[in-house]
Order: sequence, then C-alpha cells, then structure tokens
Amino acid sequence: MDGLIHQLISGIASGGIYASVALALVMIYQATHHVNFAQGEMAMFSTYIALTLIQAGVPYWVAFCITVPVSFVIGAVIQRVLMEPLAKAPVLASVGVFIGLLLTFNSVAGWIFTYTLKPFPTPFGEGKPLFGGFISRHELGSTSITLVVLLSIWAFFRFTKLGLAMRAAAFNPVSSRLVGVPVDKMLALGWGLAAAIGAIAGMMVAPVIFLDPNMMAGVLLYAFAGALLGGITNPLGAVIGGFIVGIIENLGGAYVVGTELKLTTALFIIVVVLTVKPAGLFGKTLVSRV
Amino acid sequence: MPTLLEVKALHGAYGESKVLHGLDFVVEEGGVTTLLGANGAGKTTTLRAISGMLKTQGEILFAGKPIQGMKTESIAALGIAHVPDGRGTFMELTVEENLRLGTYTRNDKAGVARDMARMFDLFPRLKERLFQQAGTLSGGEQQMLAIARAMLLNPKLLLLDEPSFGLAPLIVREIFDILGRIVRETKLSILVVEQNASLALAIADRAYLLETGRFVMSGAADDIRKDETLRRSYLGY
Repeated sequence: MDGLIHQLISGIASGGIYASVALALVMIYQATHHVNFAQGEMAMFSTYIALTLIQAGVPYWVAFCITVPVSFVIGAVIQRVLMEPLAKAPVLASVGVFIGLLLTFNSVAGWIFTYTLKPFPTPFGEGKPLFGGFISRHELGSTSITLVVLLSIWAFFRFTKLGLAMRAAAFNPVSSRLVGVPVDKMLALGWGLAAAIGAIAGMMVAPVIFLDPNMMAGVLLYAFAGALLGGITNPLGAVIGGFIVGIIENLGGAYVVGTELKLTTALFIIVVVLTVKPAGLFGKTLVSRV
Repeated sequence: MPTLLEVKALHGAYGESKVLHGLDFVVEEGGVTTLLGANGAGKTTTLRAISGMLKTQGEILFAGKPIQGMKTESIAALGIAHVPDGRGTFMELTVEENLRLGTYTRNDKAGVARDMARMFDLFPRLKERLFQQAGTLSGGEQQMLAIARAMLLNPKLLLLDEPSFGLAPLIVREIFDILGRIVRETKLSILVVEQNASLALAIADRAYLLETGRFVMSGAADDIRKDETLRRSYLGY
C-alpha cells in the first residue's frame, strides 16, 4: 500500500511536468494548428542556460529568474523570424521548421554542452522525504511551482485583456485584426509564454532525470500523450491529461509493464485516444449554427 | 457635409485576378453611403481594401490622412470598424468576451461602460445570452453581435458588409430598424454594402452602383429609389 501511495505521488509530480509541457504544446497548437515538436528541445536548451548560470556562481533562484525571460525572448524571436514568414505556407513547411528546430537545438546543445549526463541542482534541498517518507522535497517543491505556473497562466488567459486578445488571435485572426488586435504580436507572445513554461518544466524535471541534450524526448512524448488525452483543443483538458499520464506512467511502470517499457504507455495512450476518442476527454466538439 | 473617407482611383486584385477597376467615391461625415451591386461586383473587396486586407493601388484618405498600406489593426485603431461578411464571430468565446474584444483599442473605462449599456439597450437579446458561447447564437443574433462589437470600437466610420445576408426577412427588418435608430441617434458615418438594394436605399443618403469593379451610377439615395427604369434594370425590384 505504501508503495502504491509513493508511486501515485511520484506520478503526480512527473504529471505536473507533463502538464506544463502539454499546456505549452496546446498554446502553440491553438494558434497555429500544429504541434511544435521542438517544444521539448527548447526547454532542454533553456535548462542548459540555467545550468551555465548556476555553474558560473549565480544563485539558483536568480538563475531561474533570468532563464525564464530569456527563454521567453527566444520563443518570441523564433515566432517572428521563422514562423511568421510561413504564416500562409502549407502545413508541411511549418512541420519542417519544427523538426529543423528540434534537430538544431539538440545538436547545438550537444556541441556546446556535450552529450554527457549532467546533474542539475534542486532548490528545494536534498533532505529526508517528507510526510512519512512519501514525497521528496523536490517532488513537493516542483509540484507546487508547477501548480503556481499553471494557475497563473489560467488566470492570465481568463481575466486579463491581453489574455483575451491572445485567445481571440488564436481562434480568429481576421476578426481580431478588425477590432484592432495586433495578431502577429499576440502570436509571438504566445510562443514566448510557451517557451517560458517549457523552461520552468525543464528546470523542474532536470534534477530527477539528469540533464543531457535528449532529456526532453521522453517528456515531450508523455506531454503529447497528455495533451491528446485531455483534448488538444482544451488547455485545461491538456493539463488534466498531463497529470493522468504521469500517474498512469508511474503506476504502469511499477506494477504492469516495468520501467523498461514505461515509454510505450505514452504511445499506447496516443494510439488509443486517436482511435477511440480523437477529441480527447475534454476536447470541445464545437457547436455552431449558421 | 465634410468628407470623412475619400477613395480615389482604387484598384484591387486577388493575386492575378483584378476585382476593382478604378473606384472613386466619398463617404460624408454623419451620413449613410451604400454600395449596391450583384454578387461578384466587388462590394466586399472594396470594404476589405479600406480595412487594409488586400493590396491595392490608388488612394484612400480617412479624415484627410492616407491609410493605404497600413496594417488592418492600425486602421481599426484609427476609428474604422468593419463588420465583415460572414459576421466574423469569435465562435469559441462567449458573447461577453466577443463584446469585450470590441473595446480592445480603448482605455476610457467610463466610455466603455456607457457604450456597453447602450448596446444592451439596442440589442437586448445579447444581454440575455451574455455568457453563452457565441457559436451557439442564431445567424441574426450573430449579426447583432457583430454590429455591437464594431460599435464598441467607438468608431468614426462603420463598414457593414451585407448585414442582411442569410437572414429571415423578419430578422433583417429588425436589424435595419436598429441601424436606422443608430443613424438617427448618433453622428456615426456608415458605409454599407448590400445586395438587397431596397433595404439599403431606405436608410442611405447616397448610393453608388457597382458592376464588375466599376461604378455605373451614383447619386442621392432618394433619386435612385424614385428612378423606376434604373431600379428595374440594375436593382431588380
């Protein structure tokens, strides 16, 4: 029983990471109708930026607070420089850019930082697990940070004028321009936010799985499974999906398929969702009358 | 009356196919101007050209200032609100969010609150459906929402693209009654494009008749309405 609770809590902790990356995927998906395959590699690269700062003697939280806005800028610049010229290009052009970005970030990271696994510090302390040994300090800390990030993003989109304009620009760019919303800026902002969320997820997961240029490959797959499971058109659904995938992954890994085959659960979920319920659990089937 | 919008020798094309062949027209301050014409005459394209949605040649002056080549969102910010064909509803958002988007360019909270209240007075149905997903509104309600959203920009010029399109006659009547009220109660200038000429002429001061990208006729709306031969040969009623 203790083992089960422990696995469940670990599942929620890693689920939070998947939920963040899933949210980043959904944000870009809603604006462009494509999945940004490079989301994970961008997060990995941000994590290296943080590590470089920390190794240079910058305190953890200062490095954290520098990495997030730097990642935001990288994301926004990618949208402006690479994606915007492709706004009217066919689907394959965007997909090509995503894959190109994935490979570029991966190899540049390997070139600069080498492919060896590096430990990444946790800011929450290495001490004994808390609450009767069920949850490590890092799990508790990273889950809290993740929840704060997700809640702030939700509040931003729900309650601010800018958040509303960003949602509008994603749904209906033509009408958005007609009411004066600068759609291109909103898209760049969306990319920036997605990259910033990814950076936080990367920094939270790195202490657990160690940092290397391929660190986010598995995370991205789980996040994608989470996004599909919750519904790729529904940010809240994608977040819930991310948590569910984290729990399934941990329980499945411990009791069903074993750790070696854990990643296949992600693929299994993707295939099942796409064949049984393509809109996902919470995906909106849009009602419209003409 | 002073001129608000002046269009000179306007040419426009979608890629290779030319749609507008040198249009000259003006919209006066505080008046209703209508562009009439059949399907494919270039009415929608003319409005899109004003809003900077396609590449054009010629001159477009708004309040004496050239606006050609400006971004659509900057033109909107100058005070040109555009109710597009197909109504441009933000289907996934609520009615309230659709309306709030109309106020995007404004920072005067008191003015926004006043205009919002006025829209609920003009379109009480929108108030009833405030927190409903806009995609679930009927066509007529979406048209009302589109007009209200545009009016909330507090524009100087309102461009209306076929407000009667695809709607039952009763709803069309209701919408044109409200438009008539807006015209009487405000100093707003309106440029309305319509296939339904009798409706448009009833509220318009001035009319231009468009045929395959050229004006074949223009004049005071009253004169055109009274000219039976013209009505029969061009307007079909």
